[in-house]
Amino acid sequence: MSGGAARAAVLARVRSALADVPAGEPGAAVPAVPAAAAPDDLAGLFADRVADYRATVTRCAADDAAIAAAIGEAFARHGAGSSVVAPGVPEAWRAAAPGPEVDEPALALERLDAVDGVLSGCALGIAETGTIILDGARRSGRRAITLVPDLHVCVVLAADVVAGVAEATARLGAAIVAGRPVTLVSGPSATSDIELDRVEGVHGPRRLEVVLAG
Amino acid sequence: MNGPRRFPEAAREALGDSQLRANLRRATHTIRDRRAAVVAEIGEWEALREAGRAIKEATMRHLDVHLEALERSVTDRGGVVHWARDAAEANATVARLVHEAGAREVVKVKSLATDEIGLNDALAAEGITAHETDLAELIVQLAHDTPSHILVPAIHRNRAEIAALFRRTLPGAQGVSDEPAALAEAARRFLRERFLGARVGVSGANFAVAQTGTVCVVESEGNGRMCTTLPEVLITVMGIEKVIPSLADLGVMLQLLPRSSTGERMNPYTSLWTGVAPDDGPQAFHLVLLDNGRTDVLADATGRQALHCIRCSACLNVCPVYERTGGHAYGDTYPGPIGAILAPQLHGMRGPTTSLPWASTLCGACADVCPVGIDIPGVLIHLRGRVVAQAARGDVPAGERLGMEAMARVFSSRRRYEAAQRLARAGARPLARGGRIEHRLPGPLAGWTMSRDLPAPPAQTFREWWRAR
Repeated sequence: MSGGAARAAVLARVRSALADVPAGEPGAAVPAVPAAAAPDDLAGLFADRVADYRATVTRCAADDAAIAAAIGEAFARHGAGSSVVAPGVPEAWRAAAPGPEVDEPALALERLDAVDGVLSGCALGIAETGTIILDGARRSGRRAITLVPDLHVCVVLAADVVAGVAEATARLGAAIVAGRPVTLVSGPSATSDIELDRVEGVHGPRRLEVVLAG
Repeated sequence: MNGPRRFPEAAREALGDSQLRANLRRATHTIRDRRAAVVAEIGEWEALREAGRAIKEATMRHLDVHLEALERSVTDRGGVVHWARDAAEANATVARLVHEAGAREVVKVKSLATDEIGLNDALAAEGITAHETDLAELIVQLAHDTPSHILVPAIHRNRAEIAALFRRTLPGAQGVSDEPAALAEAARRFLRERFLGARVGVSGANFAVAQTGTVCVVESEGNGRMCTTLPEVLITVMGIEKVIPSLADLGVMLQLLPRSSTGERMNPYTSLWTGVAPDDGPQAFHLVLLDNGRTDVLADATGRQALHCIRCSACLNVCPVYERTGGHAYGDTYPGPIGAILAPQLHGMRGPTTSLPWASTLCGACADVCPVGIDIPGVLIHLRGRVVAQAARGDVPAGERLGMEAMARVFSSRRRYEAAQRLARAGARPLARGGRIEHRLPGPLAGWTMSRDLPAPPAQTFREWWRAR
């Protein structure tokens, strides 16, 4: 098999190219980056930064009734009449989504393309960058459901918001080691390809509604 | 893929295109200002850059170990790893995998590595159609053009030109206006069918984590998510230098890249996948590890830092040369300051790209913005030395070497130096106009005044003035 020959050849070339590196040199320890002072109000910063991407942020109390009300309003704002729901979303929230279809068993791609919106939770939020992290677990759902529909309503618990990117990647270790796909979402889909003018909405959900609870 | 011209000839033509320069100036200034604003938000930016530099340097010094670890991790997670010595081997591997999947079409995420190896043309020769799905790559593909910027491949085109192209070539876009939102909507409608029907997706990789086998694609439009999520088979072509050891390293890179490239705190979408996830996304994953000259770059202990590049393109956006010539003049997939040190090394210091180390004013702006601290001016000078040394061995014309040797003789003797000054004054008199010499030096010296004016020698030298004082 030629693959084996290519593997051996590339590795041999790498080793010969590194002849100047002393044998047994330990992998250098990467200098630690001093963590920025965490802001007092993580949830507030997260909300500001998400809104900066022209997503809509609704803040509410961390109880099911308040969350459900905010979810209902978010779908209504866009006139959505149908939705797919991640399987791990609590029943109390699900009832607030319009015509909810739970993605269990997995819905066909054509169905995802036909529904008006999707309701999911998430694993984490990053305050500094206004990022939502979907980790492929039941509350986030599989990747296609938060990708194909045009409206994404995502519930973020304030308790799940961390300060910065480094803290988030450290917390993602478990999901990644478990083999789950992870998606970082910062605002709705966008492009700056034409004269670097930012245009919201290309292929991913063009509208992002974040319900921040707590 | 690109013309075989050297930079000076290609640049001369680009400089005559005032529309191109206007497009580039507007775009590069917009993005450099945006970058500066979001970088200023981060108090520990310099510490982050140093961490990024150190991660890349340490990874390169043990690249074989990290590549083998990556191969193990990906394989353990149900992926298949392929190795490719060169472009032909990588292209043949991808074509074979597409055939095995029974597909005649693929959807592609924007990828410099696949541009570099000419994958789309190689697939076309095998009867496979590759659809570029990034908006700018689609523009370039529809125009039968080549990318001119690492991040914004169609930066050389303005909205009016793009609208005209879409009306002419994009199915269903005959009446589209030149508003960016309308153009994006036209691309969305055209591409959605392709995404929903695609059986094979092809991507590059921004990073791959050796420890876990996780591949990372950073993007904005969602086309990357579509290509890496919806098809049954996913093929990723990645240069061997993209491996990083751990998730902690990824945490550093994901802070450096978006702010440096698009000037955002974070890009809209970052996809991380680890082999094959049951019931979520492609059920077959192939990772092609590409050399194609990278081990030649690695072999130069000074030049190897060109492999640290994370393709943010910040150096292009601040470069006075790039701003005026655009990317096509560089004649390679990798333009701008980083291209000037990467491209000639990837080509084994042979051919037209050996002119690129001179495509610079050495102003140092590129090194100041590089998020992983690549000393681009230092490597430019080092590579100039390599080109001149090759000339000394007779590999290329020896004019510069002879000139430098003559200069060394002149500068090493006061008598010869002062005689040369008198000679220059006499020789320059008929060439100078208004104290300048423009496009006029004769013979082998013409190269000096081809792209810059030379001040005429003064009527009295400093030494003459000092003695007569």
